[in-house]
Amino acid sequence: MVAIDILKETFWSLSSNKVRSGLTMLGIVIGIASVITMVSIGQGAQASIATSIQSIGSNLIIVRPGAQRSGGVSGGAGSSASLTMDDASAIKSEIQNVQAVAPEDSKRAQVTAKGTNTNTQIVGTVADYATVRSITMEAGTFITDQAVKSSTKVAVLGSTARDDLFGAGSDPIGQTIRIKNVDFDVIGVTVAKGGSGFTNPDDSIYVPISSAQHFITGDTFISTMSVQASDQSSMVAVQNQISDLLLKRHNITDPLQADFSLMNQADIIATASSITGTFTILLASIAGISLLVGGIGIMNMMLTTVTERTREIGLRKAVGIKKTYINLQFLSEAVALTFLGGFIGVALGWGASMAVTKFASITTQISSSSILLAFGVSAGVGILFGFYPARRAANLSPMEALRYE
Amino acid sequence: MIECRDLKKIYVNGDVETAALKGVTFSIAKGEFVAIIGPSGSGKSTLMHILGALDNPTSGTYFLDGKEVSKFSDDELSELRREKIGFVFQAFNLLPRTTVLRNVMLPLLYSNTTEKEREERARQCLKYAGMEESKFYNLSNQLSGGQMQRVAIARSLINNPSIIFADEPTGNLDTKTSHVVMEAFQELHQKGHTIILITHEPEIANFAERIISVRDGVIESDVKNNSQ
Repeated sequence: MVAIDILKETFWSLSSNKVRSGLTMLGIVIGIASVITMVSIGQGAQASIATSIQSIGSNLIIVRPGAQRSGGVSGGAGSSASLTMDDASAIKSEIQNVQAVAPEDSKRAQVTAKGTNTNTQIVGTVADYATVRSITMEAGTFITDQAVKSSTKVAVLGSTARDDLFGAGSDPIGQTIRIKNVDFDVIGVTVAKGGSGFTNPDDSIYVPISSAQHFITGDTFISTMSVQASDQSSMVAVQNQISDLLLKRHNITDPLQADFSLMNQADIIATASSITGTFTILLASIAGISLLVGGIGIMNMMLTTVTERTREIGLRKAVGIKKTYINLQFLSEAVALTFLGGFIGVALGWGASMAVTKFASITTQISSSSILLAFGVSAGVGILFGFYPARRAANLSPMEALRYE
Repeated sequence: MIECRDLKKIYVNGDVETAALKGVTFSIAKGEFVAIIGPSGSGKSTLMHILGALDNPTSGTYFLDGKEVSKFSDDELSELRREKIGFVFQAFNLLPRTTVLRNVMLPLLYSNTTEKEREERARQCLKYAGMEESKFYNLSNQLSGGQMQRVAIARSLINNPSIIFADEPTGNLDTKTSHVVMEAFQELHQKGHTIILITHEPEIANFAERIISVRDGVIESDVKNNSQ
């Protein structure tokens, strides 16, 4: 009987003051929705960094040419032309635990096909590249060693490059594309890898490295070499052996004068985890500030609306309602408001995250911990500050409460 | 039914003690219509709060229907107010944005009655207090002052109380409406209800059959009203 009365009274009280209830709930809705959205954007960014790194491949050692020096002026790492195809073959044949070596000679170029054109990255490489960078084929085949040997004019399109040149989802195999006035036959399309970075693997066109050197870049050097070690534990040994081998091949005695640089994936991961760490702190502070602001908003709304009702509480007492029931009713109102607002806030935050993903193309990730945290803090603050002033008013004598201004 | 002996009430505000009641003794019998009159600051409101079980006296004894109320706890006072006392206030004190019916039903909340019984009783009390049936579902803030006071009177009747306390019930009303409301109280009195009216207007006190004047915390006079 009492429980039913309390629920009914809660319903009447909230529904007869729709503006008041609505505004109170709005504070909770916005508090919760903003925390959930903020955190989902942050966590999405964190996750997308992680996938980007993984999409490079695993157990990789990247060999890049050293800086070009002329009279003490450094041209920056990778600018000199010091690595050759012979270096690549030497690494593959002479060093143990090397699973694959993928030299590449890349250059951006304008590509035309059937009247459309795009500017994209042309990657001259070898068959191993598919293994090293974990590329899988959507259609056709990747570049073969045979094609590299005979400098065949064939090309494999990344999915974005395919979309740009032939339209989304089309099958361009057997068609011809034109790079620097040379026709290449399309022999395959790669599966979209997602992830974006300095070079987007989806927005690239792969050709045999020999063809690239001959028709596109016009040099005999390679711009990067990716070496895949057979397992994680041999990475250090492989890296040292590559360094020794290349020093020997380039006739350099002082390792500090090396005309190449080595970077392994552990370095990349270390950099990435420091970025992730910064992100985590950023996220925590965004969530913290949103919660604080939301919490203060909820506290203010609850304190003012309930304190404003001191006279009503006095009246309820004067007509003989026990203070336990008054306390229970206000507690129930606070719980109803915070939970209703909480559910709407979670839904809104969810929706906002979806909208951000859809319209701003930013990956978002909703986590149950952020929902629980936002909900918990808002509900806690709402209930505390909805109940406390009511309790205080119910403890006043009815006359004092009725006279309250 | 009301018997008080040497009621005293001292308010303490910091170091300052103010004696609002300095020893009041009187009794009121069942079915009486008593006006307690006095200027502001006379202690009449304090007296009403004690008689209405809204406050405890500092000393003295107060018996209502044979029970010593002056020693009751907060919850016991609530219980007593609900069972025995009806209030009509100067400021009407209706729940805003709430229908007339729900306002009248308020004291029956959390009592052992069904919604249907409560509504039935509220309708009876509203008719008894002279409220038109067409206004039962109006919101309290859409009513005129006179109508609000009728709703308040109906609310004070819903528990079938032994005593109805009216604290300056005409204070916020114009003369014509005041008279209508006072006539409503007289009717209640004729139907056998005990009514205690607090006012500072002698003209309003004239509607009662007995007038107790309070001044400076003591009873100045206690007379039968012969103008009735």
